[in-house]
Amino acid sequence: MSLNTGANARTPEVETAVIGGGLVGAAIALGMARCGREVTIFDGEDLDLRASRANFALVWVQGKGLGNPHYALWSKASAELWPQLAADLQAETGIDVALSQRGAFSFALTDRELENWRHEMETIAGETAGAAAPFRVRDHAEPRDMVPAIGHGVVGAIHSSLDGHVNSLRLFRALHCALRNRNVPYRSRQRVDLIEPQASGFLLSGAWGSVMASRVVLAAGVDNGRLADMVGLCVPLQASKGQIVVTEKCKPFFPYTSGTIRQADEGGVMIGDSEELSTMSTAVSSDIAAVLADRAVRTFPLLADVNVVRCWAGIRVKTIDGLPVYEQSARHPGAFSVTCHSGVTLAANHVLTVAPQIAAGALSGELSPFASARFHVPKN
Amino acid sequence: MTMRPIADAAHLAPDYDIVIIGAGPAGMSAAIEASGSGARLLLVDENAAPGGQIYRSITRNTRRGNDVLGSDYWAGREIAEAFGRSDADYAAATTVWSLEANPGGPRRLSVGVSLNGRATMIGADIVILATGAIERPFPVTGWTLPGVMSAGAAQIALKSAQIVPGGRIVLAGCGPLLYLVASQLMAAGADIAAMLTTADRHAKFAALRHLPDFLRSAYWRKGLKLMLDVHRHVPVHSGVRSLSIEGTGKAEAVSFSQGRGSRRIEADCVLLHHGVIPAINLTSAAGCALAWNDGQRAFAPVSDEMGRSSVDGILLAGDGAGIGGAQYAALSGRKAALTALGDLGRISQPDSARRRQALTAEQRVWRRGRAFLDALYTPARAYRAPADPQTIVCRCEEVRAGEIRDAAAMGVPGPNQLKTFLRCGMGPCQGRLCAQTVSEIIADARGESPGITGVFRFRSPVKPLRLGELAALPQTPHALGAVYGEQNTNDNPTANSEGTSNG
Amino acid sequence: MFRKIESGGSDQVTIRFEGAEIKADRGQTLAAALLAAGIGQFRTSVVSGEPRAPYCLMGVCFECLLTVDGIQNRQSCLIEVRDGMAVSRQHRARDIGMENCP
Repeated sequence: MSLNTGANARTPEVETAVIGGGLVGAAIALGMARCGREVTIFDGEDLDLRASRANFALVWVQGKGLGNPHYALWSKASAELWPQLAADLQAETGIDVALSQRGAFSFALTDRELENWRHEMETIAGETAGAAAPFRVRDHAEPRDMVPAIGHGVVGAIHSSLDGHVNSLRLFRALHCALRNRNVPYRSRQRVDLIEPQASGFLLSGAWGSVMASRVVLAAGVDNGRLADMVGLCVPLQASKGQIVVTEKCKPFFPYTSGTIRQADEGGVMIGDSEELSTMSTAVSSDIAAVLADRAVRTFPLLADVNVVRCWAGIRVKTIDGLPVYEQSARHPGAFSVTCHSGVTLAANHVLTVAPQIAAGALSGELSPFASARFHVPKN
Repeated sequence: MTMRPIADAAHLAPDYDIVIIGAGPAGMSAAIEASGSGARLLLVDENAAPGGQIYRSITRNTRRGNDVLGSDYWAGREIAEAFGRSDADYAAATTVWSLEANPGGPRRLSVGVSLNGRATMIGADIVILATGAIERPFPVTGWTLPGVMSAGAAQIALKSAQIVPGGRIVLAGCGPLLYLVASQLMAAGADIAAMLTTADRHAKFAALRHLPDFLRSAYWRKGLKLMLDVHRHVPVHSGVRSLSIEGTGKAEAVSFSQGRGSRRIEADCVLLHHGVIPAINLTSAAGCALAWNDGQRAFAPVSDEMGRSSVDGILLAGDGAGIGGAQYAALSGRKAALTALGDLGRISQPDSARRRQALTAEQRVWRRGRAFLDALYTPARAYRAPADPQTIVCRCEEVRAGEIRDAAAMGVPGPNQLKTFLRCGMGPCQGRLCAQTVSEIIADARGESPGITGVFRFRSPVKPLRLGELAALPQTPHALGAVYGEQNTNDNPTANSEGTSNG
Repeated sequence: MFRKIESGGSDQVTIRFEGAEIKADRGQTLAAALLAAGIGQFRTSVVSGEPRAPYCLMGVCFECLLTVDGIQNRQSCLIEVRDGMAVSRQHRARDIGMENCP
């Protein structure tokens, strides 16, 4: 492609184009709008791959960042910022996203599992010089004292007081309501097929037409891999499919949360999760549902009679090392990548920390470990 | 040769050549046609006795002197008896909760069923989906009150339990079934206080061009007789708008406007009906492509003359593939069976094609006149996409029309994003009673066809299944690896503790 | 709410609904049997607590959910009556009974 093609005098202009209207795109757009930037969101079709509609809603820190202390601390910072985000969203939209940070378990069903996790948590604690999220290893009796419904199949648990969850569906809606209240245009069904860097800005085009944007933020989830190449960024992704089982609503029985089972504030129980690395299909599998159900029943035996009402599967936005990519293009300044797997946990960081930096035109040094240089892929 | 009833999951074979889902006219006819071919057959049905909804309880009822159900109903007896003589295995009172491809397995499809409290997976080379129709959702204010039912429900109560609503009945809506139910209830001595018809001028005008075809059809004499019968005995109010149901804790009255006035009629039981649409949950969950049928104003699976869906091995028959009525459905069931037998090599492909051709010719008789009925009984826009913001659309999650319009105005790309925002369609009925309305409201707000808007993507289990049943299924190495992690495949040992996009 | 159009069959079973005995024809669905016995409300909504009763009688609407022999949220329009069946209304969301937890 050559510069200065396609754009002409009549091409409409926007200041900042955020590509992707999911949890990440909406959070960045909201944060930038709060900084006074004029933002326009471009989003795709209803049935595109959308991790924002397929997440487990945890605000989760424990176990994150093994070998990557900056990621452990980045996650912890977001968990600590979350109460402010929840309060801001409530104030802006009246929507309560049901943030609950009462602590969370990783339930071990074998001693080996528990030992592996203990080792990981101790490693992370060492790597961060104790600055990572606090945790305790609890034997089999302790979790049951806290939650009587826990079954005898649970041999022990890692417990971290900083972890929690939100209602991620309401978070998604709250972000969009806040954007609407701030008159941020949300242009759905306008997939960006092409981004062409111009002398001053970026020409975005698709079947819907084209616009010139002086700044562009890639927040399109798994589509970031494709878009990044167009603006001199690099987002190497791997296929990672996850499946979840969801039950009918139950009266409250689990006031905390865990990495594999949580009870949403409306009552439904979410049971996660699987990982398949060689498919981009989001079809659900009964085989995987069976294994998830078995683990859930061993953890909470009284769930055996509860009805499953839904399974779903989604594709994680997962880079090849599992960590986010936050980066401004060196070759085409003004183009930013925000790519991450943890759109819920990191939502507070995205609204309150990352978006203001993008609004100001530069990412801070704190984010430099998340640049793509770490993949050692030569940039073109 | 006689059909073999299966009452326990343990008595099911691990796999079958053909699994037929649904024991209405299409499913039973498919089993009859395939019987004797040497193909191993299983017919699975949710009800305790064959017949589907149209011939509900047909093998259990006896025709009496004071028959209220009519000869069209009793015509089902012959099909049910022939099905009883078939060599199919028959799992009644059995729920099908999933249908998925099984690559690498011994059979190309895998059917998840639950029978007598136990779930099992059954292999199949071919699955014939004959899942029938559901009544089009009829969201009006007050339709969640006890005492409000679909007209089809009243007919099922009559067929399966010989009971009729006891108090003052008001029927409302449009479509042939509304008149049939009114006539059957009258014959059974029920007290019908009024019939409110909702067909608008627009629909009547649109139907006119199909009138000549209708007058040559098998339906018009019967339909006319029913209408005259109802009009003779029941006060009929036509062109009814702004219908709502009032009551505290139960239905007590209907109110509506008509012409320039408005009225209120006391009622103990309100029966609603706006025609039928294909039941698409299982079809969609199995991955079959859907398309909007503008004439029938409904989503239906894409299928060809042979009954093939877009998924290898899945065939479609009956109203679930597009509304055609019982006789049309029976013929399409036979055609699907012939396609299956040809594909399985049980009969030659030329033989299969020749026999299907004869059935296709017969089907034309039953197709004639349907376009008129479809056009005449297309519900008015205000009923498809309710204007009153307080009207509950999703009965399970109690999501109201106003909230759906708000979300549409925010620019959601489609119904699936809307579902995420509002929980609409996430309850136990899994969108059966709101999917159509949600698509209609978004389409209405955007000024486009629901075919552009799209519809909820359905997922298994398409019927609730106890977690314990799911947990008791065999665990495959692949699934264990996907949940507990395969050694050296996962550089982040806690990745699995975070959910699909985690949190 | 409903009434039978002819006198009941001779082959009847007895079920208990909310503790009271109800006679029903064998082969009837539980939902139909309760409607015939004059039961007008089956459950309360999970969301608002409003009363609900069967809408479709064909397994589609999930308004007829009841607790049957101790199992909650069962579709009574798809279950046949059985002698001695113990049935009660479904009040809002399922209770997993954590107070009985081991």
